[in-house]
Amino acid sequence: MAKSATAGTAHVPQGSRGMPWSPIFRELGDPEKRTAYYMVMPALLLILIIAFTPIVYSFVLSFQETIPGQSSTWVGFDNYVNMFQDPDFLTGLTNTAVFTVASVSFEFSLGLWLATALNRGFRGQGTMRSIALMPWAFPTVISAVMWRLMYQDGVGIMAYIAETIGLYTKPILTSEGALMVAAILVDVWKTTPFMAILLLAGLQTIPEDVYEAARVDGATPKQSFWRITFPLLKGSILVALLFRTLDAWRIYDLFWAMSDRQLDSLSTYVFTGVRISQLDFSLGMAASVFIFLSSLAIAFIFIGALGVRANKA
Amino acid sequence: MEKKAGIKFYLGMVVFVFLTLFPLLWVLKMSVITASELQQLPPKILPQDITFGNYDTIFSDTRFQRGVANSVVIAGFTTLICLVFGSFCAYALARLDFFLKTPVLSLTLAIAFFPAVAIIGPLFLQFTSMGIINTYWAAIIPDVLFALPLTIYLLVAYFRELPVDLEQAAKVDGATTWQAFTKVTVPLSMPGVVTTGLLTFIFAWNEFLFANTFLGTPLTQPATVVIPNFATIYTTDYGAQAAAALVVTVPLVILVMIFQRRIVSGLTAGAVK
Repeated sequence: MAKSATAGTAHVPQGSRGMPWSPIFRELGDPEKRTAYYMVMPALLLILIIAFTPIVYSFVLSFQETIPGQSSTWVGFDNYVNMFQDPDFLTGLTNTAVFTVASVSFEFSLGLWLATALNRGFRGQGTMRSIALMPWAFPTVISAVMWRLMYQDGVGIMAYIAETIGLYTKPILTSEGALMVAAILVDVWKTTPFMAILLLAGLQTIPEDVYEAARVDGATPKQSFWRITFPLLKGSILVALLFRTLDAWRIYDLFWAMSDRQLDSLSTYVFTGVRISQLDFSLGMAASVFIFLSSLAIAFIFIGALGVRANKA
Repeated sequence: MEKKAGIKFYLGMVVFVFLTLFPLLWVLKMSVITASELQQLPPKILPQDITFGNYDTIFSDTRFQRGVANSVVIAGFTTLICLVFGSFCAYALARLDFFLKTPVLSLTLAIAFFPAVAIIGPLFLQFTSMGIINTYWAAIIPDVLFALPLTIYLLVAYFRELPVDLEQAAKVDGATTWQAFTKVTVPLSMPGVVTTGLLTFIFAWNEFLFANTFLGTPLTQPATVVIPNFATIYTTDYGAQAAAALVVTVPLVILVMIFQRRIVSGLTAGAVK
């Protein structure tokens, strides 16, 4: 491979030297590298056309007053101003924030605890793993349907248990507060095992003799967790937390299917503008941009806070 | 760190397994009991009277049949397109060295972080003006975009595991890179391609946001859109809703049980390295 690379260099057109894209032109002279470009081209074009063009278009639309299929006029930041004054948006934002913080912190702490518990040799590890993966593999909306049946007053086991132990006696599915707790519980059920599997995979890359050495030097289990496990697990933690937080931040299907559209989130707000009330289309576009930028911010915060270089993953 | 698993550990595991499987088992129970037993309080742990009436109801419901068929079409085409484009891209990333390699990798990773909801507005306008709104394509196109990173990562991991010697031998014999890929790598990596295909299929099967936004007619709506609506169609016929939810998840449960090892190694490859 190295040989063909030097062969390719021989064809450098003199004029393109120094331009940032000049290596590409140089590589196009090499048949093997040209094949590489042909091979990544379809996927690359697809990503650029279907994801990046629309996101740019979302930014443009967020500065316009648009009624789909009819008119659009430039209105500057009006949509954003109106959006932040819209109680529906603020409810969606609050719900999303509450849901994200609660579900991710439960899932992470339970998942880490589970992962450390599982990080040992025992029989039936494969079976455990399949069981842990199951809730994750279910479609979210279908899990929501299943749990809704269990929360249903009169027939649902969860409603029955909550009532019997005196926790909650009113119908769960008609109160927003109870629905939020119920939704967080479903998400914790669905994602904790998956979180544990991701973290367990990270734990299993830490060699046993590191712990051995620490023990010989008199480290307590607590010390070896914070001084060895945690720093070495940082990369896995970052990836798991980042994916989960961004996933929770765009919560849509769970709220939609479980609550009969009573629970608003940022995403259901966008959906309402696009599909239900087209007078709110422009507000929805402002919210789209808000979700995009806040997701980006979340990603940067995580990568920064854990001090792990992003390209390490 | 003690490595031996004691009684307490296994007890903990039993609790964990129970909590994880409980909703599935309970809904299974709800789907096979009679409507009158469903209303009984307190509920009995085991079904008293087993009936498959709910399954009859669901399977003879044309909306349900249509939904499942649509899911198969959408997820099937998405998988096919992802496997073709994804395997090209993955091979280049796994085996070839070129200047844009890192940017392409980062770009595919960025899609995994990308909030899908941020582009439904523009896509809705575009699909409408192209006249493909409410057709399968309106779901397949964005599904492909979001499933593609998964396909690519799984395939890159798989291609890297293959010994490079055979491809090199083919090249020594005069094969081009493309020929080495199609004639040597693809046939050899069939097991990996099949697993990747199954995972991509599950991913597309589970998709909801795009289907719910771009498919406004029962003619093309997949099961994930149809089944939640059963709450308003079957209102208090909870047994039928339970049966419908189970029918579309049981195949996934089976697939996960068969492929768990591969799924885990594929999913954690990026996270751990």
